[in-house]
Amino acid sequence: MNRTLMTMAVLVFGAGTAAAEMIAPMDVVYDDGAVATSLTGGAPGDVDSGRKIMNKGAGNCIACHAVTDLKDLPFHGEIGPTLDGAADRWTEAELRGIVANAKMMFEGTMMPSFYKTDGFVRLGNAYTGKAHEGDVAPLLTAQEIEDVVAYLMTLKEE
Amino acid sequence: MNAAKKLASAIALAAVVATPALAGPDDDNLMINEELNMVTETAAPAHLQDAFDTIYSGWRFRTDETQALQIDDFENPAMIFVDQALEYFETVDGTEGKSCSSCHEDGPEQFAGLSATMPKVIGGKLTTMEDLLNAHRAKAMGAEPWKWSGPEMQAMVALIGLQSRGMPMNVAIDGEAAPFWEKGKEMYYTRYGQLELSCANCHEDSYGMMIRADHLSQGQINGFPTYRLKQAKLISKHNRFRGCIRDTRAHTFAEGSDEFRALELYVASRSNGLSVETPAVRQ
Repeated sequence: MNRTLMTMAVLVFGAGTAAAEMIAPMDVVYDDGAVATSLTGGAPGDVDSGRKIMNKGAGNCIACHAVTDLKDLPFHGEIGPTLDGAADRWTEAELRGIVANAKMMFEGTMMPSFYKTDGFVRLGNAYTGKAHEGDVAPLLTAQEIEDVVAYLMTLKEE
Repeated sequence: MNAAKKLASAIALAAVVATPALAGPDDDNLMINEELNMVTETAAPAHLQDAFDTIYSGWRFRTDETQALQIDDFENPAMIFVDQALEYFETVDGTEGKSCSSCHEDGPEQFAGLSATMPKVIGGKLTTMEDLLNAHRAKAMGAEPWKWSGPEMQAMVALIGLQSRGMPMNVAIDGEAAPFWEKGKEMYYTRYGQLELSCANCHEDSYGMMIRADHLSQGQINGFPTYRLKQAKLISKHNRFRGCIRDTRAHTFAEGSDEFRALELYVASRSNGLSVETPAVRQ
């Protein structure tokens, strides 16, 4: 195999696997705060799963954001804007970017970065108060980010 | 994102930030035992005027039910612990065969005003009430130190604090205190942990708003130790600091650490002008 053929093979093979591969937090490309590519490499998000993440675990989006569609759940916060009509105001790429790392679009925002693994001050081991050791997992997985984005895309008023 | 959208978001954000009073403190007055009028709202101290015009006691952010527990000492569950501290005050402990009252014959009343000025620098060291109590236990009584957030220590901190109830908080931030205060201020604005939250994110930028089921106050510490209904005991300032920083998914600091001494001084200085409410009752 000559060098040109080998380069072509690598390019074709590389492109083929990249499309089906998860994008790691360090590799996410933000364009003016938006992320055009699915973090899971194409698998669509699950709306029902996204709806659950809005309320629980490391998602807990309604701690700060009110959502009329989730009014069966108690105690919606009011620190961030309401998410009603989010899909009218933002594109999918913008919502993905905001959920993954809102600080890329809104400098200094209070919103935690849900798909980020570095740059923390005194990173802890979850909620134990102890120091973190070893590899850092983002607050939400790539699939969970996509699920939340899929749910947010259902929030239309217009 | 186009410029128009960005502008709209910026305006929406500014509107939210500019109107924390929307769901903010209520208009209730705190009068304790029908005789002691408390200042729960006053002009922000000079060092804080870039952030606030007005400072409010955390009491103003609590429900009527929780507020009611603090307006009458017979209803205030913290008073059980204050009574226990009165007993400790008279109890001999340690190798010297002394109690607090062996030296402090006039009782805890002699400490009126002290807590309003704590923490303060003594002998070059930033000193909290807990530090003072353990130092006296060691030196005068030959007694073992009390655990920082233990029931004996916080009961005694509450008893001493009660002697200043109704007096304005007035901690010094200049002179020898300045470097400690600067360190505490830096901590207040540091975004700790995986959630990257500073004290200021919640208690300066978002006070008055709901975060899930919690009504955010300005995080004032003029009522500590405070009886926390959730934990059904007196909670120290450092215990609350530790819990807040832990809840940002951070490696928190230890109670009694120099970091928390500095943070205590800074946060106390944000309360300057509010009445000492010790022992307060919170949710």
